[in-house]
Amino acid sequence: MSEADGLVRLRQPIGVTYNWSAGPNATSHLAGLMNGKFVGKRCPSCALVYFPPRNGVCPKCAKILAGDVEVGPKGTITTFCIVNVPFLGQKIKLPYVAAQILLDGADISMQHLIQECEAEDVRIGMRVEPVWKDKSEWGPSLENIQHFRPTGEPDRVMGTESGAS
Amino acid sequence: MALRDIAIVGTVQRPSEVNSTFTSVEILLPVIQQLLDKVGIERSDIGFWCHGSCDYMSGQPFSFVAAVDAIGAWPPIIESHVEADGALALYEAWVKIQTGEVDVALVFSNGKTTSGPIDQILSLQTDPYMVAPLKPGFDALAALQARACLDAGVMTERQMAEVASRSRRDANNNAIAFTKGNESVEELLAMPYTMNPLRAHDCATPVDGCNAVILAAGDIARRLAERPAWIRGIDHRIDTQRLGARSMIESSSAAIAAQKAGVGNDRIDVAEIHAPYTHQELLLRNAMGLGESTHINPSGGALVANPLMAAGLARFAEAAESIFAASADRVLAHCTSGPMLQQNLVCVMEGE
Ligand SMILES: [Zn+2]
Repeated sequence: MSEADGLVRLRQPIGVTYNWSAGPNATSHLAGLMNGKFVGKRCPSCALVYFPPRNGVCPKCAKILAGDVEVGPKGTITTFCIVNVPFLGQKIKLPYVAAQILLDGADISMQHLIQECEAEDVRIGMRVEPVWKDKSEWGPSLENIQHFRPTGEPDRVMGTESGAS
Repeated sequence: MALRDIAIVGTVQRPSEVNSTFTSVEILLPVIQQLLDKVGIERSDIGFWCHGSCDYMSGQPFSFVAAVDAIGAWPPIIESHVEADGALALYEAWVKIQTGEVDVALVFSNGKTTSGPIDQILSLQTDPYMVAPLKPGFDALAALQARACLDAGVMTERQMAEVASRSRRDANNNAIAFTKGNESVEELLAMPYTMNPLRAHDCATPVDGCNAVILAAGDIARRLAERPAWIRGIDHRIDTQRLGARSMIESSSAAIAAQKAGVGNDRIDVAEIHAPYTHQELLLRNAMGLGESTHINPSGGALVANPLMAAGLARFAEAAESIFAASADRVLAHCTSGPMLQQNLVCVMEGE
């Protein structure tokens, strides 16, 4: 408690530790990332492949996902955002690109960074591939990937398929 | 405007467990599917979905958004969430049906109570300026209340032990319950204090769990259930958050809610009371005017399984099931939340 400028200030740090469980359906996904693989799950009802497997269920059909499906590692940019605004705790040099990437074989996109090209060259349909961090830094996380970079392959024409929007 | 007749027509509860390794969505989905199958309707028949849960239980902001995955949101649905017990979600669904916009609602709730230090987590809901900095444990606050009640002669430790003994015995017949036992009152009184004057059996068992119920209006309810549990009165009242400004030896909010819900208008056969501590059951029985003729907590109550945010809706499910089974004609369901019975929701249901 301090009384500078006549105001009484109170600091009360609060910390609570939880045992968080990813659940059986997300476990193979997280284990896959620790082995450098992208593992998604297929909906037994509509056959869509979820990567990441969300909360272990298909929200469209309300069914528990079943069956691992390896996807990627390459993918296609479905939409993106060029970040020009600095903010507290920023680690990446501006401007940078955050993109939705539809991994090959998956039906929903995931968000990641695009690097190793000019921000102005990033476009919808651009083919990208992951650049993994050093294995010693890997954990059960998509942060194992430093960023995605262009493959140089011809662009993919994005239609109305799932995940394309 | 005349009120519509609205009833609970079906319930499902997941058996209690501790340290569940499933996500909330993974445990909710099968319960909701089981309920739809039991009542014999499709997801598309549900006009309104309402969910009760609390981010502090899961330790994740906006965790309730994920729960929408469990109900299937395509084609688009009308849904809502309360950061509270599922009993409050039921109240919202009841209001929604009263508006005439929808006829059928599915209410669900879940709580992973054992994934964090629940005694600390619950104390975070106290007044952030004057009380929370003292970091009072939830059990400690309840113990202060119990001590005040004992000192004022409102109850005895023996009566508290009687509540625990009865609840643990009744739990033997309830597949959902977690803590079971056959101890006599004398055996329980011989146990050591864990937080004087509370003993371990005076405090509810935190568990992970979830449940769901379906509400329907008028003839739809009569078609979906053989003997619907008609909601005849429902009311929610809150005592001041200033703990020092409250009487610890009575519950004025429970008393008003019970009166407004019409508890005293006729005999109550079964009362499912959400009392996380034995002395709170005694306080609530006094406040709601429940006498010897009422069977209290045949399920064992929250004392033997307290999935926070689902334990209040569980009382509705248990009370409604006794109407379905025709083992009771007029029942009471109650839900509390907050330190020392801060909030109380009371509902009276009847069979036809
Ligand atoms: Zn599906």
